[in-house]
Amino acid sequence: MAIIRDMIPAFDLFQPASVEDALALLAEHGEDAWVLAGGLDTFDWLKDRIKRPKAVVDLSGVEELTGIRDTGAGIEIGAMTPLSRVVGDPRVRADFALLREAAEHVATPQIRNQGTLGGNLSQDTRCWYYRSGWPCYRAGGNTCYASAPKAMNREHCILGRSRCVAVSPSDTAPALIALGARMVVRRAGSESIHEAQDFFIGPATDIQRMTVLRAGDLLTAVRIPEDWAGARHYYEKVRDRGSWDFALVSVAAAFRMDGDTIGDARIAVNGVAPFPVRLDSVERMVVGHAPDEALATEAGELAVAGARPLRHNDYKVPLMRNLVRRAIRSVA
Amino acid sequence: MDPSTEIVRLVVNGQSREVGVPTHFTLLEALRYVLGLTGTKQGCDKGDCGACTVIVDGEPVLACLTPVWEAEGREVTTVEGLAGPEGIHALQDCFDLHGAAQCGFCTPGILCSAAALLAGNPSPTREEIREAIAGNLCRCTGYAKIYDAVEAAALRTGGPQG
Repeated sequence: MAIIRDMIPAFDLFQPASVEDALALLAEHGEDAWVLAGGLDTFDWLKDRIKRPKAVVDLSGVEELTGIRDTGAGIEIGAMTPLSRVVGDPRVRADFALLREAAEHVATPQIRNQGTLGGNLSQDTRCWYYRSGWPCYRAGGNTCYASAPKAMNREHCILGRSRCVAVSPSDTAPALIALGARMVVRRAGSESIHEAQDFFIGPATDIQRMTVLRAGDLLTAVRIPEDWAGARHYYEKVRDRGSWDFALVSVAAAFRMDGDTIGDARIAVNGVAPFPVRLDSVERMVVGHAPDEALATEAGELAVAGARPLRHNDYKVPLMRNLVRRAIRSVA
Repeated sequence: MDPSTEIVRLVVNGQSREVGVPTHFTLLEALRYVLGLTGTKQGCDKGDCGACTVIVDGEPVLACLTPVWEAEGREVTTVEGLAGPEGIHALQDCFDLHGAAQCGFCTPGILCSAAALLAGNPSPTREEIREAIAGNLCRCTGYAKIYDAVEAAALRTGGPQG
């Protein structure tokens, strides 16, 4: 056989056919287990041999994790549902177009065919020091290479840093936060439900995880309540290229109008912190007011209050400010 | 035989094939290094270039990030399978006529993305063509001639134009 580059180191492959079996495997293998969904994040790690799990638990055969169903109080999207299916789903398009837009902005057609909603939410950060195997805080080491004096940190965070300055890469996360979604997390013998914004955790809480998921946990589904069905929305993702790239900054917002004023609003941004950021203070400020230019400007300023750029990413401050302004202007 | 080697049954370009591969092989490795189908290119091998694009059950996917076992029992079409009994695919002919390939390394992947597009949407707009091949990097052509070629192929094979 020919010599093959970048071959993935061998691992034990487990292919459960049910969630129960998957949870039992995750419980059995604990920290040695690796959950495989669409493989976009996984194979990048494995080919670089930076992460070398002993046991890979492949969810592709767990049919109950794929699909979108009506719960009577909204919809539930299985974690293994491919992003292209989320984009094409008639109910998502009709009622939760904000999620459709966000999912449509993920990477490329091929990656949306393979990548899953659960994977998009659970993927690891793309800080290249960390992804290249540097022994940083997030990797269990004792420094942050991305905030060192000569570091290249154009894509890193302006908010929420705590030793680590990496950002959350998920495009669907801010949309799901704006839609008031809840994540269903199971482990052997128990289930927990998390508000979307609480599913993501920052380095101050745990520097080695991006989400609440611990060894043994499995994100099984995302529930989107009716609350924001059909709401007016705004989504924008700014990236270096017209396709493929992760967001430099993205914004997702849902609005309920009360005549000419904003009756209710939920706004989230991503690409600015190690977790997607819900802008509660901006929401409180804009509710009850007409979305005029003055309000949009004020909202943008409030959004970036406290931002601390790194050496090469101060452009993210006006970018985030302007995206929030645009979101407010969109309902004028 | 390596103890971790398994027999995986693939359907590639309409033919049933059995391949003996380690479980951690990708579909790309099975196609190129076991079946000898070297039309599918190994570019970045990380999902950043699209050179390894093949069609699985009608959808373009990245063979470098598809574990071989996930292709079992599904229809895999590679660039070698685009030609039919009547000869090469209209896309292949139009890529030739329009000069849509220069170095050609990205061409098999782009042909697969475009073929999957035309199979589901015989008369795509230029914008739809752009989106369909947004996951395939070409460093030579600047894409304009690729769009022209896909449009020409659609005109040749598609239904009534809108």
